[in-house]
Amino acid sequence: MYSEKVLELFRNPKNVGEIPDADGVGTVGNPVCGDMMTIYLKVEDDKIVDIKFKTFGCGAAIATSSMTTELAKGKTLEEAMKITRADVADELGGLPPIKMHCSNLAADALHEAIKDYRRKRGEKV
Amino acid sequence: MDYASGSPVDERVLEDMKPYFSEHFGNPSSFHSYGFKALEAIKNARMRVGGLIEALPEEIVFTSGATEANNLALIGAAARYKNRGSRIVISSIEHISILNVCKELSRQGFEIKYAPVDKDGILDLDALTELVDDKTMLVSVMTANGEIGTIQPIKKAAEIAHDKKALFHTDATVAAGKIPLDVNESDVDLMTLSSNDLYGPKGMGALYVRRGIRLKPIIIGGGQEGGMRSGTENVPGIVGMGKAAELAKVEMRSEADRLTKLRDRLINGVLDSVPESYLNGHPIQRLPNNANIRFSYIEGESLLLSLDELGVQLSSGSACAAKTLEPSHVLIALGLKHEEAHGSLVFTLGKYNTGEQIDYVIQQMPGVVKRLRAVSPLTPKELM
Repeated sequence: MYSEKVLELFRNPKNVGEIPDADGVGTVGNPVCGDMMTIYLKVEDDKIVDIKFKTFGCGAAIATSSMTTELAKGKTLEEAMKITRADVADELGGLPPIKMHCSNLAADALHEAIKDYRRKRGEKV
Repeated sequence: MDYASGSPVDERVLEDMKPYFSEHFGNPSSFHSYGFKALEAIKNARMRVGGLIEALPEEIVFTSGATEANNLALIGAAARYKNRGSRIVISSIEHISILNVCKELSRQGFEIKYAPVDKDGILDLDALTELVDDKTMLVSVMTANGEIGTIQPIKKAAEIAHDKKALFHTDATVAAGKIPLDVNESDVDLMTLSSNDLYGPKGMGALYVRRGIRLKPIIIGGGQEGGMRSGTENVPGIVGMGKAAELAKVEMRSEADRLTKLRDRLINGVLDSVPESYLNGHPIQRLPNNANIRFSYIEGESLLLSLDELGVQLSSGSACAAKTLEPSHVLIALGLKHEEAHGSLVFTLGKYNTGEQIDYVIQQMPGVVKRLRAVSPLTPKELM
């Protein structure tokens, strides 16, 4: 049911953890639904220099979190805001249809973290 | 350790079935020697299936599985006995094939009431007594639950139903062959049985219908199975279910003792080695082969995936591994929160499980849980 890439990232997820002095934090989902994730950002010169995640959820939720952080690392905030759920699913070689909605939330968490960073700097979001 | 979703057919069952595909291919309704041979085989199987639950052979109606038997029991009784009343009472943790049939019956005008269970999954008999009134025509309570293994007080539930002149049905799909059943001692009117849960072939089941009770058939045709289930009989399947029932009757007691020991070794081993893990369901009033364990802060499907890679196949109470997005209605009925239900694993042991396999799971479990908890935002610091 899962692609080999999903399974690989589920087994060995990249960028797991928290950033204690993060510049931006975004949380989406809810443990009640079975999926919840938090993304932490470190930003320098408008670029994502470090990114970490923590996820409660199924294999797809963990793999999409890992892939989203990899796609975002090194990107400018503007570029990172353009990363979509569909991009993440494509990079993973597709996801089962039922997982597209509930477990593919990491791009949203990334966008929330960027907004949080901008908000903290007094920017309008 | 997922026998509840599918069991291998016992070799001895398969051997008994084989001649009935090509060699003895007759139609039991035919009036010649090929037909007689098939009819004789069905008669023998009916006796064996009846024997497992102390029923008479003529009280057994063969069906295409437990789902059809549950459909026939509820829809057939509702249609036939609707003059007795419009209320049907079931437990809140019934199988989906009971729950969804009741939804359909409610659209047809029947009033469905759900009797709650306690935190261990045992039916609340006081609540049942209150729900079963004079216009109740049918009560259905499963003999045991497949997910949490809880064994229900069906004899008392039948008594409550009969006090109000309602029929009593029990879905014994997962209980048959695991614990002794006696339809007379429990005073059951209708009982659902499944072949695959007895190590017989899939696509086979039976409904016990107490003598004197008539059901309106849901499959209509040539009037086979006493008119209650038309269609040319699945002779090899019936032969297989008969053999499986016979073996279950003989081997149940020793196998139940063996499985109970393995089950308790598994439960105690996992609960001791994994912090914040809990047993779902009753510790003693439970099927010999069922363990259902909840792990805080993590989600069931990711547990299943991790264990599958280690060669251990299980089921979960999680929505994410199922076709719907809802967590198990059984675990929610116990009063668990959604996030707790998501992190539950169902172990159903069977005849090919060994103590070594149990010890392997106990040994692997702490590492698997720890790894997933390290990824989870819900895990408290002291557990990392």
